[in-house]
Amino acid sequence: MNGSDERLPGLFDGMAAILRRDLLLAWKRPGDVLNPLIFFLLVSTLFPLALGPDARQLALIGPGVVWVAALLATLLSLNGLFLGDYEDGSLEQLLLSPQPLPWLVLGKSAAHWLTSGLPLIVVSPFAALSFGMPADAVRVMMLTLALGTVSLSLLGSIGAALTVGLHRGTALLGLLILPLAMPILIFGARTVSLAAAGDAAGGGVWFLGAWCALAMVLAPFAAAAALKISNE
Amino acid sequence: MYGPEAVTTTLLEGRGLGLVRGDRWLFGGVDIALGTGELLRVEGPNGSGKTSLLRAVAGLIEPDDGEVLWRGQPIRRHRQAYHAELAWMGHRPGFKGDLTPVENLRFEAGLRAGWKPAADDILQRLGLTPLRRIPYRLLSAGQQRRLALARLVLSGATLWILDEPFTNLDAPGREQVQSLLDEHLAGGGVALAASHQELAIDAPTQRIGLQ
Repeated sequence: MNGSDERLPGLFDGMAAILRRDLLLAWKRPGDVLNPLIFFLLVSTLFPLALGPDARQLALIGPGVVWVAALLATLLSLNGLFLGDYEDGSLEQLLLSPQPLPWLVLGKSAAHWLTSGLPLIVVSPFAALSFGMPADAVRVMMLTLALGTVSLSLLGSIGAALTVGLHRGTALLGLLILPLAMPILIFGARTVSLAAAGDAAGGGVWFLGAWCALAMVLAPFAAAAALKISNE
Repeated sequence: MYGPEAVTTTLLEGRGLGLVRGDRWLFGGVDIALGTGELLRVEGPNGSGKTSLLRAVAGLIEPDDGEVLWRGQPIRRHRQAYHAELAWMGHRPGFKGDLTPVENLRFEAGLRAGWKPAADDILQRLGLTPLRRIPYRLLSAGQQRRLALARLVLSGATLWILDEPFTNLDAPGREQVQSLLDEHLAGGGVALAASHQELAIDAPTQRIGLQ
């Protein structure tokens, strides 16, 4: 077996290759990146318009609305995580490549976050602006969104892998990962509310960090197993 | 070149492979023993399980009965070592439509350590050189198929598994498949092919018929 051992590629080669490819694809199809982003901005700026300019009320609902919009925008983009690869046969080639599948999934999740979570964090202050959120709370919001969207990209890969063989699995994908996403939503929104009210927000941030670390360790393995089953 | 007296070692082995679809056996008791330089042709009508057999041998699906061995080792426990020597050409191309042939092949090179760097030669030979900077989706069906052939050659894999390799190819393209296969087998490779058409291959050919 000595002959075949040296043919195994390095551990990070495949992950780097898939990260590079998915970023290149996103660059060539900017619509896939922009759609969820526009959805996020639309939802979070329509609320103040519909509810009227009562500053106290807006400050109260602001963190919740921004977080729900962020969660839904992420769900929107998660559906396509493995769908393209499944339809054009790239997934078969990935499954048959001499790479540990969880690493490839991690590479795809990283690319997904860089093209959905990161831009969302960058534009989120504009959404916060429409709710008159104080500067301190905006900083906490961006931090919680950073931890939350990383977790969602990772946990979402499990749902996306499970539903990739089904046609129109979007609703099912939402149902599947909502139980895992619920704590992120609750702690994220509540932490921003506390920060806006001037209270200590550290606990929530730590919780989101722990959730993110857990997702990073477990989600790629679960998603890799799900991909194998979906592709049978 | 490969007389009956030539010494061959068994690389790929399938023992009593069987697959259940719904409530019936799609096939059962399929034995495979393939040595250096040998080709196995899987025959049978549509729906007889040719593709499923190839997918089971490749390790994409778990057979319901039997096991597959590569170099004497069960592939379930040595998946990576097996897949490092395997190249798959299925119905679906596995290329990204928005990327150019060169970008697609560069990604493949990142996945495999045994990748051959001589991409220009094979693109030239398959007539893809003028198309190397055009998005894959703009290529014709036959040209797309040729790029899949280029991947087979560049992968440097020992085992080729081909599902209907002649689909969408014109007469020169079909001849290229056969000459590439011949070179692969003459170089000590192994191949499995499901095909309706007769393969004109010099190397020793085994056949499996599925009903």
